[in-house]
Amino acid sequence: MRPFAYDRPTTIADAVASGAQPETAFLGGGTNLLDLMKGNISRPARLVDVTRLPGLSTIEWLQDGGVRIGALVRNSDLAHDPRFANRFPSVAEALLSGASAQLRNAATAAGNVLQRTRCQYFYDAASVCNKRDPGTGCGAIGGLTRLHAVLGWSEHCIATHPSDFCVPLVALDAVVEIEGRAGRRDVPLEALHRLPGNTPERETVLEPGDVITAIRLPAEAAAYAGNARYLKVRERTSYAFAVVSAGAALRLDQGTIVSARLALGGVALKPWRARAAEDLLAGALPGATVFRDAAALALAEARPCGDNGFKIELARRIIVRALTLAAAGTPDRVPALPASPFALAPTQEVSAHV
Amino acid sequence: MSFDIALTINGLHRVVAIDDPRITLLDLLRERLDLTGTKKGCDRGQCGACTVLVDDRRVNSCLALAVSLDGAVVTTIEGVAHGDTLHPVQAAFIENDGLQCGFCTPGQIMSAIGLIREGLAGDDPERIREGMSGNLCRCGAYAGITEAILEAQARMQLEHKGEAA
Repeated sequence: MRPFAYDRPTTIADAVASGAQPETAFLGGGTNLLDLMKGNISRPARLVDVTRLPGLSTIEWLQDGGVRIGALVRNSDLAHDPRFANRFPSVAEALLSGASAQLRNAATAAGNVLQRTRCQYFYDAASVCNKRDPGTGCGAIGGLTRLHAVLGWSEHCIATHPSDFCVPLVALDAVVEIEGRAGRRDVPLEALHRLPGNTPERETVLEPGDVITAIRLPAEAAAYAGNARYLKVRERTSYAFAVVSAGAALRLDQGTIVSARLALGGVALKPWRARAAEDLLAGALPGATVFRDAAALALAEARPCGDNGFKIELARRIIVRALTLAAAGTPDRVPALPASPFALAPTQEVSAHV
Repeated sequence: MSFDIALTINGLHRVVAIDDPRITLLDLLRERLDLTGTKKGCDRGQCGACTVLVDDRRVNSCLALAVSLDGAVVTTIEGVAHGDTLHPVQAAFIENDGLQCGFCTPGQIMSAIGLIREGLAGDDPERIREGMSGNLCRCGAYAGITEAILEAQARMQLEHKGEAA
């Protein structure tokens, strides 16, 4: 690991100034950054430890019913906060489907949002990678692409964003609060991550020194609490990144879908909001046909980036199943296997009690 | 540049000079403080062998920079028994064959203590398995590990009731 200077500012202003210096990385929980530094994939000359910044570790309920998640709130604390899990159950389920208990205890909310891709070729210093070493090429193209994109990719990068947390957040219109050299600003989460295009090394719209201070969910997002699920297909039942995942949320009135929220994970370099599918669902009666139509619309522009065409049909099926689960109602408690397709389907649960 | 950090490790207050900010909590424990019960498996946060409690929460010590933990309370496998009396989780691992080679065991036990403290798995083996998925066992002692945690948790609840009465 490259030697680095260590700075631990105690004010956000100092963190912004310190973080704006060249070759600097912010240290939160460190669960992704330390791993990357050990592999010489990230080689910062300075670490700015933001974990002692005041006021960023609380879940704050806003007067209008929204919530402000401090950037340093640990993933486990957020997922297990009863009020939060009650109002935003698909976000809690997504968090609990990610990583391991140890990692969730350390990983922060902002760190989760800013985690790097798990593309094997990005992690393998012997492979070329336009994200790691701009201009060298993409080692993943023509390689193993199970965890790679089917939406929004370019010939320069086919990686995916690995976060589970971001998927329901982007579906529920989360906003990222940023403090930077030019002051404070809000960025919708949907606009935070960049698609690869010609510059896959530029992963977000953040500028040097920008500190994420909080992630906000609007009050309207809580209106979906009764019918909100996250579903994630992975290579093993727990402790694995998504091959494909979906966050689905419905607002129902007398059996009719008033409005729908849908986003996909594991399919693109950003959490992928499926707005056209949402629009199709609004006003419909929940059912297999309309769910399948919505899924088709969500993947209409999908194309394989290699031998991963199966992910397109998999994503359609995951959408249908996530919508079906959401329509059946949010369970009182996050299932024993969060977001797992191997958890009992609602009909099975019902029949188990008969 | 050297940083002096204060840590409480297994109940002992210590001031440790960190002469290189790259030192992880795991390497500090093993290489500088002779607490070699905490194991280095993958050193990348994947296997859980290095699990310790920091401020009563289980974490991977291989992915924590020591310098960032100034003021923390750390509990390692060396700190869970009372003299010759094993911690209930330690005893239950022995009684239920929750190990074979034993390399992952300190991490398994610290993770199990953390899981029981979190109080969310209850007596559901599926929730225990899910809650322990960050601890790999190459010998495949998972069935015994789950049994051990169920038994230790039940015993600790009884003891807790006894203390309350």
